[in-house]
Amino acid sequence: MPNKSNRQSKAVSGASTHTHGIADKTMAYIESHRTICLQTLGNLCGVWLTSLMTWMVIGIALALPTILYVLLANIGNLGGGWDGKPRISLYLVDQIEESRAKILLSTLAADADFESVRYISSADALDEFQRNAGMGDILASLPMNPLPIVIELEPAELTPAELKLKVLQLETMVEVDSISVDLEWIERLFALLALGERFVATLGAFLGLGVLLAIGNTIRLAIENRRAEIEIIKLVGGTDRYVRRPFLYLGFWYGFGGALVAWSMIKLSLLFLSGPVETLLHSYQEVFTLQGLDIAETLALMFVGSLLGIIGAALAVGRHLHQIKPG
Amino acid sequence: MIRFDQVSKRYPGGHEALSRVSFELENNEMVFLTGHSGAGKSTLMKLIIMMERPSQGQVFVDGVNLNRLKNHHIPEIRRNVGVVFQNHQLLFDRNVFNNVALPLTIGGYKPREIGRRVRAALSKVGLADKEKQFPIALSGGEQQRVGIARAVVNKPAVLLADEPTGNLDPALSEEIMNLFGQFNQVGVTVMIATHDLGLVKQMSYRQLVLSQGRLNAK
Repeated sequence: MPNKSNRQSKAVSGASTHTHGIADKTMAYIESHRTICLQTLGNLCGVWLTSLMTWMVIGIALALPTILYVLLANIGNLGGGWDGKPRISLYLVDQIEESRAKILLSTLAADADFESVRYISSADALDEFQRNAGMGDILASLPMNPLPIVIELEPAELTPAELKLKVLQLETMVEVDSISVDLEWIERLFALLALGERFVATLGAFLGLGVLLAIGNTIRLAIENRRAEIEIIKLVGGTDRYVRRPFLYLGFWYGFGGALVAWSMIKLSLLFLSGPVETLLHSYQEVFTLQGLDIAETLALMFVGSLLGIIGAALAVGRHLHQIKPG
Repeated sequence: MIRFDQVSKRYPGGHEALSRVSFELENNEMVFLTGHSGAGKSTLMKLIIMMERPSQGQVFVDGVNLNRLKNHHIPEIRRNVGVVFQNHQLLFDRNVFNNVALPLTIGGYKPREIGRRVRAALSKVGLADKEKQFPIALSGGEQQRVGIARAVVNKPAVLLADEPTGNLDPALSEEIMNLFGQFNQVGVTVMIATHDLGLVKQMSYRQLVLSQGRLNAK
């Protein structure tokens, strides 16, 4: 008998330290992860209506800051059409000779600080004005062309300070009567955008916290529901890691599903918005398409969603699992 | 295999469930643990699988001092000690096969190995044809046998049973006790808590008698 019992205890210790090789053990480990990962998803889909509600809550919380971010990015793009290259219009003094204006034009064209120069003669300006403003009759009744010669400049990449200096230099020229720079509104736009980005970041942080709590609470309920199972698993030798695993995957799926919902919501609202927005911008002669999330941004959304899910689950599991006896 | 050295267990509130209990279970021994309900049988078993920790004294399982065991090593002890619970502790949302497979799934065995061992354990307890059924569809005796199959499926060195025949009729009880005898014959150390003294008398194994938390060997 002692022999037999020796053999038995050897077999037992063999089973607990795993006589099968490391490769086998790794395979079994991966297999167990795969099984639990898919099982968890299967369970969620089994009660899809309940799951969908959780996904919607997470989705909305993720979609809100994301869509604001998308809209800000689009406004940035809109401003980006003039980004750093405001147009400078030089209104030349009345009655300036065309030859002098042309000399000025070639001087400016030679200046490396300007990328392009455009000469608009009084006659051209009048033509354009008549065509666009529909006031041909009034203009025609004037004894002479009231419009000055205009030189339109597009500066090269200049810092705002350099640009200001340049404008001051231009103002001192005798040929120049007045200058208009469409710079200020862009500065204001960018300031507003920066403010908007702060706002989105703050909102995003709050809603991210909301997602964390929502997932944490859902996981807490799941732990409560599976209390009996957890107890039994612990009693037959399940490690804490083994007990924790399905809940972490649950959190992952909630987060990932929520991110998918968020992505769909963003896609839908952009479709809904794009028509009116493009019509609006078209009236300003702007060719513009509303940009959605690109691939990197989509992946980032999925990543953030999943990560929030896993962290939320980890927090809930850490708080509630050790309360379940046996330790 | 199991050694208690002056073990006492006091619960919060002052109730002393065990006081200065000492005994030793040899490798491959089978004993009955008897006594009235409330005598401390369950507490004693809970100390072996570390569901509770002693207030005083030391418990050794397979040479390991459980007092010195870190929490994260508890699962290793539990994998080496199969437990049959009075209330079966089955999971009602999964079938018999998956209930029995639980310790193996936890242990990271390969699916083929799991299938082989679970079927062997189920045929040992006479439930080979019930693996696809759910526990709810089984009788009390069958549920108990599923619990036994789960307790032995990963070939533990020790098998504990807490009132395994509590709700069963005499014939069934005897059948189940014989089953434990068979496990003992292949080398498993077995401890059975019961108050079914008639059955204990029929079988010639050592008896540990608990009364009011104290041990009187018979």
